[in-house]
Amino acid sequence: MISEKEIWDALYDVKDPEIPKISVVDMGIITGVKVSEKDFVNISMTPTFAGCPAVNVMRSDIEKRISLMPVSGVNVDVNYDVQWNSNMITEKGRELLKDSLFALPPVHNGFVSIEMLTNIECPLCHSKNTKLQTPFGPTQCRAIHYCNNCFQAFEQFKPV
Amino acid sequence: MKQLTEIQTKALKDLICRIADDELILGHRNSEWTALVPILEEDIAFSSMAQDKIGHSLALYQLLNKLGEPDPDAIAFTRKEKDFKCCHLVEYPIGDYDFSLMRHFLFDKSEAIRFDLLSRSSFEDLANIAKKFRGELKYHTMHADTWLVQLGNATEESKARMQSALNQCFPLALGIFEPGEYDEVLSSENIFPGEKVLQGMWLDSIKIILDSANLSIPDIDTSDRSYGGRKGYHTEYLKPLLDEMTEVYSIDPNAEW
Repeated sequence: MISEKEIWDALYDVKDPEIPKISVVDMGIITGVKVSEKDFVNISMTPTFAGCPAVNVMRSDIEKRISLMPVSGVNVDVNYDVQWNSNMITEKGRELLKDSLFALPPVHNGFVSIEMLTNIECPLCHSKNTKLQTPFGPTQCRAIHYCNNCFQAFEQFKPV
Repeated sequence: MKQLTEIQTKALKDLICRIADDELILGHRNSEWTALVPILEEDIAFSSMAQDKIGHSLALYQLLNKLGEPDPDAIAFTRKEKDFKCCHLVEYPIGDYDFSLMRHFLFDKSEAIRFDLLSRSSFEDLANIAKKFRGELKYHTMHADTWLVQLGNATEESKARMQSALNQCFPLALGIFEPGEYDEVLSSENIFPGEKVLQGMWLDSIKIILDSANLSIPDIDTSDRSYGGRKGYHTEYLKPLLDEMTEVYSIDPNAEW
């Protein structure tokens, strides 16, 4: 019988199509893995943002990856039973976001305030002399900032 | 999902449908700003908020599907105008930017409070969705508040435009809180405290920002209230929007794009 750990390990191969370095596990969007006695795999996934257009791609990538394993079938259920927040990105995930030149979302206690979007450290020159340009970026999960020190715009993974 | 009585199911469906239809229609309207907004950041903001709203409507239609209604695409694209339960505020064309900004402010303030109230709903599936959405809404209200205060205190023209947009939007916004036939059930079952409670909290919350923006709130007691949307009576603007939105689906329901 295949173990849940083997499924979790395999899920590290499935990447976020919008940030291809980071896996769905490190994004923190996999909220449950269950293997039934007959080796049927049920996976729970929750979107970072409700309207995330990458959800269906990730769901089908997960199904494809798990189908390569000795399982009788796989079902990916997208639900809000556990609601994603930016604290759920793993330590490794945060490292990988940094590598991709994203500013990180501050870890919070469940309450996000506008102050969390000010003077964010620039991922290029590490200055904190930066300014929020807009909380809405090229994807729903990113905000755009501007660094007054190195005169570059940069993106931050939003705290939610 | 816990077992629901017939009346609870009806009440829940009605509530979810109102919220989801508001989100779908306003999401569609917001998306009409894509590529047209005066500045790039605002273009991205309105497009992003449109995406959030349509995402919310999808999750809510999925919940309706779980309660026995057709699949989300069928709900969104095959219903007749009279079966939509959106309020009039969301139906209006985008107008000038001041109108869209004021609509966004008034609507999203109500929605942020609505989801906060729903996050404590006895109907767990709805509470879970609401907990997720209220986090996203925070960015919408933050955006609206910033612009309101900025434009209300800038030039004579910006102030006049925002005041006039507020005067136009206010009676429409009161239509968000049109009483429904299931309000009592919803509140006694602790599903949702009701539109009246929401309206009160909304007024308090918009007042804080409108005061800092130096804009005057029209008198609620003498104001018109644009009711009817929740019962299927819509403005002349909804039908053309639905025709456009459903054009591909009506030609080929199985089309993928």
